[in-house]
Amino acid sequence: MRNRTVVLLILSFMISCFTLYAGAARASGLPPAEGDTFPEILLPSPQKWSEREYLGLDHVGPFKISQVKADTLIIEIFSMYCPYCQKEAPVVNELHQMILSRPDLRNKIKMIGIGAGNSQFEVNAFRNLYGIAFPLFPDPEFSLHKALGDVRTPYFIVVNLKGSGSHKVIYSRVGSFGDPRQFLESISRKSGPRKGA
Amino acid sequence: MSRRISYLIVLTICVGCLLSMRTPLPAASEQFRGKIFSTGEMPPVDSRTELKPGDKAPDFTLPSISGESVSLSRFLGTKNVVISFVPAAWTPVCSDQWPGYNVVKSMFDERDTVMLGITVDNIPTLYAWTEEMGGVWFPVLSDFWPHGAVARKYGVLRSDGTTERALFVVDKQGMIRYIDVHNINERPKLEVLMQELDSLK
Repeated sequence: MRNRTVVLLILSFMISCFTLYAGAARASGLPPAEGDTFPEILLPSPQKWSEREYLGLDHVGPFKISQVKADTLIIEIFSMYCPYCQKEAPVVNELHQMILSRPDLRNKIKMIGIGAGNSQFEVNAFRNLYGIAFPLFPDPEFSLHKALGDVRTPYFIVVNLKGSGSHKVIYSRVGSFGDPRQFLESISRKSGPRKGA
Repeated sequence: MSRRISYLIVLTICVGCLLSMRTPLPAASEQFRGKIFSTGEMPPVDSRTELKPGDKAPDFTLPSISGESVSLSRFLGTKNVVISFVPAAWTPVCSDQWPGYNVVKSMFDERDTVMLGITVDNIPTLYAWTEEMGGVWFPVLSDFWPHGAVARKYGVLRSDGTTERALFVVDKQGMIRYIDVHNINERPKLEVLMQELDSLK
């Protein structure tokens, strides 16, 4: 009887353990879909003051996307080693410049990049190579990449940050977003009326 | 009997847990969707090199995808050389390693260094693979026949006929200065290689 209890206890523990891992695998197995709530991931501290200022962060250190002062956040998951990301970099820059050139959008739509499996050195190399002006963050151990569904690169996620509740994903797709102007119009439509508009 | 079944269940769940904790493979580029053979996780290293820093680098001559043959000794006295062995074309990690080196040519130039990429694949395979990357600036050499002869000379031929994911830094005097026989499932960090090249200055 005692033996049976011990076995049952071990079994319960193991099942819990398995369930936890299976849950984690399920959570990391799929990227957030359009309409989903964006997961509460913690991003590393921006390297430069100008990047903190761009994101509207009032502290030094890791941050959540809910702390970014914007209505909409565009997240690119990339890798310095990904030829598609390399080809797409000028188009992504064009989108960023387009947003900055629009007084009605420049403080409302922000962009960041997450370098899947890339060290700070590799992220810096990618930034310098393509003259990328928005903040890029390293993810050397793939932890953010895993939390966002082990996606192929480049992958773009757009999150609606308006309101104080959950942050809804309004775009989530692998590969090129196509024409930057049309993409910008599309995400502007999907994110609805802007604060103070 | 029922005790035996209980133990069996526990064992099965343990194995399941262990399997679910395996190391994730690096992010794959959308560029290669549907074109990469999944190798799964492999034994990190499956060979043992006798070479060590300070040894003279064994010379070799191999055919390249451009049609010309390339010898290591060609660079004696003029350039440092990074020899990048990757396990096989059209496999994970490898397909995301050389495209990274491809965009940082200036880093190699600043360090007076050329790269030689080597696999045991044949020339047509290597040509198609690197074209999919958009082409690369460095010579891509085929160690296909006699199969893996150069990899064997460098002690990085695996038992399945592929090579290790290995980097050898050879200075202008032809001496090996750095060896990284890397975990085949992971990509070496660029900064480590650049630090090694910096130390040659």
